[in-house]
Amino acid sequence: MNRITRKFAQLKKQGKKAFIAFITAGDPNLKATGELALAFDKAGVDIVELGVPFSDPMADGPVIQASSKRALDQGTNLHKIFDCVRRIRQKSDIPIALMTYYNPVFHFGEEKAIKAAVKAGVDGFIIPDLPCQEAGDLIKYARKANIATVFFVAPTTMPARIKPIARGSKGFIYYVSLTGVTGPRQVLSKDAIAGIRRVRRMTQKPVCVGFGISTPAQVKVFSRAADGVIVGSAIVQAIEKNIGRRDLVKNVVRFVQNLSCAV
Amino acid sequence: MALPDKQGHFGEFGGRYVPETLMTLLIDLEKQFKALNKNKAFRDEFAFYLREYAGRPTNLYFAERLGRHLKTLKVYLKREDLLHTGAHKINNTLGQVLVARRMGKTRIIAETGAGQHGVAAATTAALFGLECVIYMGAQDIKRQSLNVFRMKLLGAQVIPVTSGSRTLKDAMNEAIRDWVTRVRDTFYIIGSVAGPHPYPLMVREFQAVIGLEARKQFLAKERKLPDHLVACVGGGSNAMGLFHAFYKDKGVGMIGVEAAGKGLNTREHSATLKKGPVGVMHGSKSNLLQDKDGQVRVAHSVAAGLDYPGVGPEHAYYQKTGRAQYVAVDDKAAIRGFKMLSRLEGIIPALETAHALAYLETLARKSKKGTTVIVNLSGRGDKDVNTIQGIL
Repeated sequence: MNRITRKFAQLKKQGKKAFIAFITAGDPNLKATGELALAFDKAGVDIVELGVPFSDPMADGPVIQASSKRALDQGTNLHKIFDCVRRIRQKSDIPIALMTYYNPVFHFGEEKAIKAAVKAGVDGFIIPDLPCQEAGDLIKYARKANIATVFFVAPTTMPARIKPIARGSKGFIYYVSLTGVTGPRQVLSKDAIAGIRRVRRMTQKPVCVGFGISTPAQVKVFSRAADGVIVGSAIVQAIEKNIGRRDLVKNVVRFVQNLSCAV
Repeated sequence: MALPDKQGHFGEFGGRYVPETLMTLLIDLEKQFKALNKNKAFRDEFAFYLREYAGRPTNLYFAERLGRHLKTLKVYLKREDLLHTGAHKINNTLGQVLVARRMGKTRIIAETGAGQHGVAAATTAALFGLECVIYMGAQDIKRQSLNVFRMKLLGAQVIPVTSGSRTLKDAMNEAIRDWVTRVRDTFYIIGSVAGPHPYPLMVREFQAVIGLEARKQFLAKERKLPDHLVACVGGGSNAMGLFHAFYKDKGVGMIGVEAAGKGLNTREHSATLKKGPVGVMHGSKSNLLQDKDGQVRVAHSVAAGLDYPGVGPEHAYYQKTGRAQYVAVDDKAAIRGFKMLSRLEGIIPALETAHALAYLETLARKSKKGTTVIVNLSGRGDKDVNTIQGIL
């Protein structure tokens, strides 16, 4: 069974929700990325989203834009990220999904990327600029290889789109909590809770919520409605603050632990 | 088969590669646009503003001295430079602003490179009393300070974009981020035949007036169709505007001229169709300047309006199917073209347009005497005088 699917099955049995942590692969370097993923596993993180840095991250706010730039300046690319996951896999079974814009995958070759993912131990792909209508080939290759494909539902999504999005999704469905780009928000709209419930009524698949969520209190609120909560920019910010410090991993993990135990 | 198909594909190109937040809006926009495009009241209103406000039809001017200089060619210039705001861009912004009004949107955003599209967007926003925000790369703001001032005079807010390469592609990223955030009240006026479906279709339809007029005018003057159409290509809206009406005229050659910048063998050019593998950026699949990892490369051209690593998907389709041919002209040649038209015809062209004019020298060498050409004189060069002064 796919590690992501298995994780949600386990959590469901235990009556628990997932905490999903996003970091950009290669920020500040891939060695740190590997150490962070292993430490996250021990700190109560259920799934790791590894961001593949892209030159034109149009769905991202300033925090992840800056993080992508740092990773690109390190020469991070898909090949090296697959290598990094392979090293993580020697020590951990934590589910790992790659969060990437479409062009790096398209340029790499979709079929080739899925094969490399299987070989490295990557469990899924999340591609914010690839709606399921354009994802036919990717879904086909991914299904054959038992790799998850996560598609998005936004507050603006018309009801007729939700079913096809759910059909294309494997692993979980990503509910976007707000209309906007990634980045921590002080206040999040309660409308998202109703939105998550609407999606959950239409599908058996897990629905996880992300975008803007940055505090334990927000994690707590959203974990009541969704099957999982995703935090990205806030963790990336914690990494940014600790760049150049020897205790980077320790400090970031402490920050993540505060979030994960709020689920 | 009509292009694009229902999903917005031109063969393998085009489509809709955007965050889900925008999908419902784009589907709605597509429906509204397709209905309006067939609606007589809307067509009449659009035609009214093109005529009374923008100054259409533009002349198809026979450039006799230019032709004599080039020896073999008979050159006609489609004078889009004579339009209000000085370039073809106003055709599109008028059309889109009318769509925005019908959709009840109160806020206009746009990206701009050279500033011509920004000025055209700000102009039409002022005309209809809409709030207007223009995203422009910090690098371009320096190069095109006069246009920045014009946009501000027109009441637009100009936001400098300091991310990435600080040019047009980054301005477009930032505009998309704004759009995702304010999708409910904001209309994004994309300036070229690029972006997600239905933009390549919509912008083409609004710019198609260029070719429709030129075809009729040329037939009236020469009693036949031209041998070649020549236009510069950045994103490709002025070229598509000229080409589209001639699509089925198989005997009419179409030549799109990209910017070779400092040379096609360097990394500093904007020749996306000639040198870019297929990729996805800003919502559609097309040729794209990118590195071995699929990261978008920074484009270069002396002309800020051509300085874009992407290109409209329909051009990628025209190239792939062989319907149009794409060539590239470097910075130096473009400046020669700029001076050539200024001296010979008393018309100072935009630096973008100068690329198309410069290609005429090459075309002339390969052509039989009496070969007829329509060049889209897409913009005037007032905005570039400072840049040229710095170079000469």
